[in-house]
Amino acid sequence: MGGCSFLIHVRHATAAIAAGMADVVLITHGESGRSRIGVGGQGAAPAQPAGQFQAPYGVGGPPTMFSIPVARYMQRFGVTEEQLASVAVSTRKWATLNPRAAMRDPITVEDVLASRLICWPLHLLNCCLVTDGGGALVLVSEERARDFPKKPVYVLGAGESVEHVNVSMMRDFHESKAYRVAGENAFRMAGLGTDAIDHTMLYDAFTHTPVYMLEALGIAQPGEGTSFFESGRAAPGGDFPINTNGGGLSYTHTGMYGMFAMTESITQLRGEAGERQVPGVEVGLVHGAGGMFSAGATLIWTNQ
Amino acid sequence: MPYNKPLPQATPETQPFWDSLKRHQMQLQRCQDCREFYFYPRPFCPRCYSANVAWEDVSGRATLETYVINHRAAPRFEEDAPYVIAVVTLAEGPRMMTNLVGVDPDPGKLPPDLALEVVYDDVTDEVTLPKFRPA
Repeated sequence: MGGCSFLIHVRHATAAIAAGMADVVLITHGESGRSRIGVGGQGAAPAQPAGQFQAPYGVGGPPTMFSIPVARYMQRFGVTEEQLASVAVSTRKWATLNPRAAMRDPITVEDVLASRLICWPLHLLNCCLVTDGGGALVLVSEERARDFPKKPVYVLGAGESVEHVNVSMMRDFHESKAYRVAGENAFRMAGLGTDAIDHTMLYDAFTHTPVYMLEALGIAQPGEGTSFFESGRAAPGGDFPINTNGGGLSYTHTGMYGMFAMTESITQLRGEAGERQVPGVEVGLVHGAGGMFSAGATLIWTNQ
Repeated sequence: MPYNKPLPQATPETQPFWDSLKRHQMQLQRCQDCREFYFYPRPFCPRCYSANVAWEDVSGRATLETYVINHRAAPRFEEDAPYVIAVVTLAEGPRMMTNLVGVDPDPGKLPPDLALEVVYDDVTDEVTLPKFRPA
């Protein structure tokens, strides 16, 4: 399930604890995406579908595959490269407030468009970082958490979905069914709507991934995800803060970012985010991506 | 210089597809019950799950569904960069990933829905890749 596996682990662990199959579940992530210690060879085996039907055409990692749908999205909704760049600008504003973020200098739309082309329509600053890092979280029953020294966070809703294995088989290139189904299931389980969300983490492997997620989750209308970022609503001071750690674009991205989206959400719910703390956060949403638009996972949780 | 890029390795289910390309007449599987063409190859129809499927010729006509222009070449594609990796929608319905040839790697010349036709690229004695150019 790729980078959203850790969100899905939370869903499965919650079920296991509720069923009495586990008392304490530890979910961990560690990856040396930058140093590449213990990393095996890349590329699909030549008899696999990806080896037969994608590799011969020169795909080379996520920037060439996660980006495949974007040209159709831009054409369908009339979205520009400038608008996609605004996602990186909004997210970098948060990173300037996070002393742990890898990239903290403010950037402009012009900076994004002037950065070198990686894989059109993606410039360097449309792409996430490649870093070393790790994180972990512990899940227990509500009863067991009662006398813990730290205030717990309670899972309200969780959803997961898989759409395809290879991005060339995605059903509709302008929207993600996997993200939509995961979100619908999480909101239904939580019994909440989007108006209940105080703080949001969206897995930003590239500037377009949080855009697809905003639309799939019903927070933005189809085609209006980039406008949401352009308007400043997601940035510091905005009414719908998104990716407050600086995201995969500016904080960290080991290769599987899902754990870091969750840890920032929990940090905000605990009121421990320092200069970037969003006031009054009671309900947080985390949405993760797996593979190349292959899978999605959503968590909704609360400090109440 | 011998061709050194990744090559597909056919499986029993996909061998007829690669054989048809080598003959320069692409074939895809078609459900004989619901009449749907489909891709990737598999022994049953992904729409109605019928096993009553057969290989049929397709026209080689397609439209441009979506694409990227890759500037940071995959290993062994360095001399090709920038190159276009596209997903095309065949006239018969299925989609496939491919490369565009015979056109500049320029977004201004590559509007979605552009009409395309197949080009059979005999990259080795054994393997022919289906690529597409503006029709």
